[in-house]
Amino acid sequence: MTPALGKDLIGLEHLTRAQITAILDTAEPFKEVSERPIKKVPALRGKTIVNLFFEASTRTRISFEFAEKRLSADTVNVAASGSSVSKGETLVDTARNLEAMRIDMVVIRHQSSGAAKFLADRIRSNVVNAGDGKHEHPTQGLLDLLTLRDRFGRIEGLKVAICGDVLHSRVARSNIWGLLHLGAEVGVCGPPSLLPRNIAELGVTVLPRIEDAIQWADALNVLRLQLERMEAGFIPSLREYNRVFGVTSDRLARAPRDLVVLHPGPMNRGVEIDSDVADGPYSVILPQVTNGVAVRMAVLYLLAGGSPDWTAPAPGNEDR
Amino acid sequence: MRPMLIQGGRVIDPSRRTDGVADVYLAEGRIESVGMNIPVGPDVEVVDARGKVVGPGLIDIHVHLREPGQEDLETIATGAMAAAAGGFTGICAMPNTDPVTDNQAAVGFIVRQAIRAAKARVYPIGAITMGQKGHQLAEFGEMVGAGAVAVSDDGHPVISSHMMRTALEYAQVFGIPVADHCEDPTLSAGGSMHEGIVATRLGLKGIPSAAEEIMVARDILLAELTGGHVHLCHMSTRGSVEIIRRAKDRGIRVTAEACPHHFTLTHERVRDYDTNAKMNPPLREAEDVEAIRQALKDGTIDCIATDHAPHHYDAKERAFEEAPNGITGLETALGLGIRELVLPGLLTLPELLARMSTLPARLCHLPGGTLGGGAPADLVVFDPEAFWSVDPARSFSKSRNTPFGGESLPGVVALTLVDGRIAFRQPE
Amino acid sequence: MAGEIVDLAGGDGDLLLVGIQRRGVELAERLAALIESRTGRPVRRGKLDITLYRDDLQAIGPRPVVGETVLPPTLDGRTIVIVDDVLYTGRTIRAALDEFADFGRPRRILLAVLVDRGGRELPIQADVTGLRAAVAPGDRVDVSVVELDGRDGVEVSAGGAEP
Repeated sequence: MTPALGKDLIGLEHLTRAQITAILDTAEPFKEVSERPIKKVPALRGKTIVNLFFEASTRTRISFEFAEKRLSADTVNVAASGSSVSKGETLVDTARNLEAMRIDMVVIRHQSSGAAKFLADRIRSNVVNAGDGKHEHPTQGLLDLLTLRDRFGRIEGLKVAICGDVLHSRVARSNIWGLLHLGAEVGVCGPPSLLPRNIAELGVTVLPRIEDAIQWADALNVLRLQLERMEAGFIPSLREYNRVFGVTSDRLARAPRDLVVLHPGPMNRGVEIDSDVADGPYSVILPQVTNGVAVRMAVLYLLAGGSPDWTAPAPGNEDR
Repeated sequence: MRPMLIQGGRVIDPSRRTDGVADVYLAEGRIESVGMNIPVGPDVEVVDARGKVVGPGLIDIHVHLREPGQEDLETIATGAMAAAAGGFTGICAMPNTDPVTDNQAAVGFIVRQAIRAAKARVYPIGAITMGQKGHQLAEFGEMVGAGAVAVSDDGHPVISSHMMRTALEYAQVFGIPVADHCEDPTLSAGGSMHEGIVATRLGLKGIPSAAEEIMVARDILLAELTGGHVHLCHMSTRGSVEIIRRAKDRGIRVTAEACPHHFTLTHERVRDYDTNAKMNPPLREAEDVEAIRQALKDGTIDCIATDHAPHHYDAKERAFEEAPNGITGLETALGLGIRELVLPGLLTLPELLARMSTLPARLCHLPGGTLGGGAPADLVVFDPEAFWSVDPARSFSKSRNTPFGGESLPGVVALTLVDGRIAFRQPE
Repeated sequence: MAGEIVDLAGGDGDLLLVGIQRRGVELAERLAALIESRTGRPVRRGKLDITLYRDDLQAIGPRPVVGETVLPPTLDGRTIVIVDDVLYTGRTIRAALDEFADFGRPRRILLAVLVDRGGRELPIQADVTGLRAAVAPGDRVDVSVVELDGRDGVEVSAGGAEP
């Protein structure tokens, strides 16, 4: 039996090494399902899953949708605009309405840190965090771990540098937790204005320049740099960012070993990563995407092991 | 109203540094005398205060009553009642109401509502600038004439140093303090908790301590420049304490307050995104809490004020970043003061009462904070050793937003007297 | 058993022996080797994990580990022999048949089991049986194979739920 995950997947910070390993191991057979002519197994047949995306996202939502459909679940997509949410309905009411429709699982992406936990505490359905503000994006962290494990055969002792806007990145946080729990060494690299001041307290090494990261790491996880950061004054320009911190093939050529390059996508080609790197031999960006569906199938499969008990009082309702 | 004799309590008067078992005799809304074997007439009402402390009524110079504008959160009446239940005989109402209290009619309204409520006294604080927008000075003179005891744009910092300077100069005409909410908004923008390791874990944008300290330093420099009296609201960082200490050493007219939550809780309390731990300034680190406590001991921080900030349940029932800032505080202040400062031996009970009654009164030039003969009969009688459990559902405030629900606090208020009338009496 | 499979399969070329995880896989490997030595023709092997097709997935709570499934890209036209260690209620085989349907349309499916312990809950029968044993519903039948357990054997023991 795999160790139970609990009702929800909110983040990797509080998972154990055994739980994370179980998810990755469970993802393996699901990779095979996506290679079959009929890419479907009946494991979640009859389950209803709502993809509640308050922030627009194409790739993550599609990845979840494929994962859900390949498990034979029934899926419904709710996007923020054009829904009751944009008319002022609160997150609490949205949650209660979903529960009243006896939804089995909710996959939520929201702009506020803590929104996934907020929802999970209030409804009986399983809640999967598809990204909450700057807090965590656990399935992305997991698929990055799986991709690294595929490539290196292990995570323990691996040196992984997370490069870019760590301050605003939920992908960075999930990766940090997942890698630390599985025994990797974690480095962060980026302009100081984009690194949390006390990040070293989490147990990571701060690498001041991208050249340092390339010398040090076995793998680079390159984060997307958003245009808004320039507009908010964190960096002077995207061009300067590329010149000083960009992962270019020139810089990679000076690496002491064959580096593996990951990127959560979508990429800003020519900003944080050059095209020839993204499309080059060290890039595992496409395997990441493939692994994404398998990891999400594994997570949904493991969480659905316990269906909501509709006879029990909803969490948070015990007394008010 | 019958005269009253409060008998056998431990009478503490920080204003005259007295502390001993005595009787207190009140008549016609005034404290007639304090002593033993006071001769009294037959008509007197006797209150047995044996085993309890009798002190000057507590005074809270930083309270948000939501009237006018948001009466569903709190009214002047319910706030004054909650204050009395917490042992307060006087509270100062901040002007960030809707509409803002920036003119004599608005000030007068608060005064009248408070009189009608007939619980704790409510002293209005007027706005520094019209609408608290920071552009045009409000009419200090008219507001003081109608009853205002200080000016503040609290809720917002006074961003323009020129405006703050002008306010400090002009306020001297009326002898009132200018109270500033110290926050550099360009550093704090978008932040919802202290900038530290907890914010990093939770993925929340943080408010660095420097955001407060920059304005503390600025306000002190302006107080020095103008000779005016600046009062610094809700201090929360060790850096601020340091700056104030040095300024006081140099004789600058600066006073400061701190809230109970800033000497009790740290940013760790925000675990799991609890919006009842969200306020501005935010909860800080353990070293900051320790510095605030020490500052209350050595007088760098003059008094304790609650920054009582009622919010609706629905408003707080939101993702952390979207919830409003603030917690209630009137009913838990005394208990936290005793538990966090007196019981560990940092302050004596008379020192605590000085910080919660005598000094706030002095700072805002209010009557009260003393048991001297002829003083208004504003007293609190409480048992510092009895414990009670905080139940937000049974609060006298209309709002329930407190992080202390379920906690056990010492200091049960038995009686709160305002003007010699019973404003609050503990049910048996 | 190998002999019976050869007879049943007749002249069908392209035999595919699919072992059900877990111990069916080892048994299928042995049978395949025996058949190859008899007929001189290659026999393909496959593995099937039926966990995701179980009809009691909700009830079992914490998730069982899902094993490897290895099958050729299509099953169209093949003669498949399902190999499993114990045939009991028949639900495992039902799940396997459902799973095969998602891979294509075999020409023919045969079932070979080492032990048939009776107690069927579905109308499913083995074509080739190594050993029949009447076992009480509360008792367990465990098959051990050298490759996984260090020895070969079949044990009947009292008590315990059927895995």
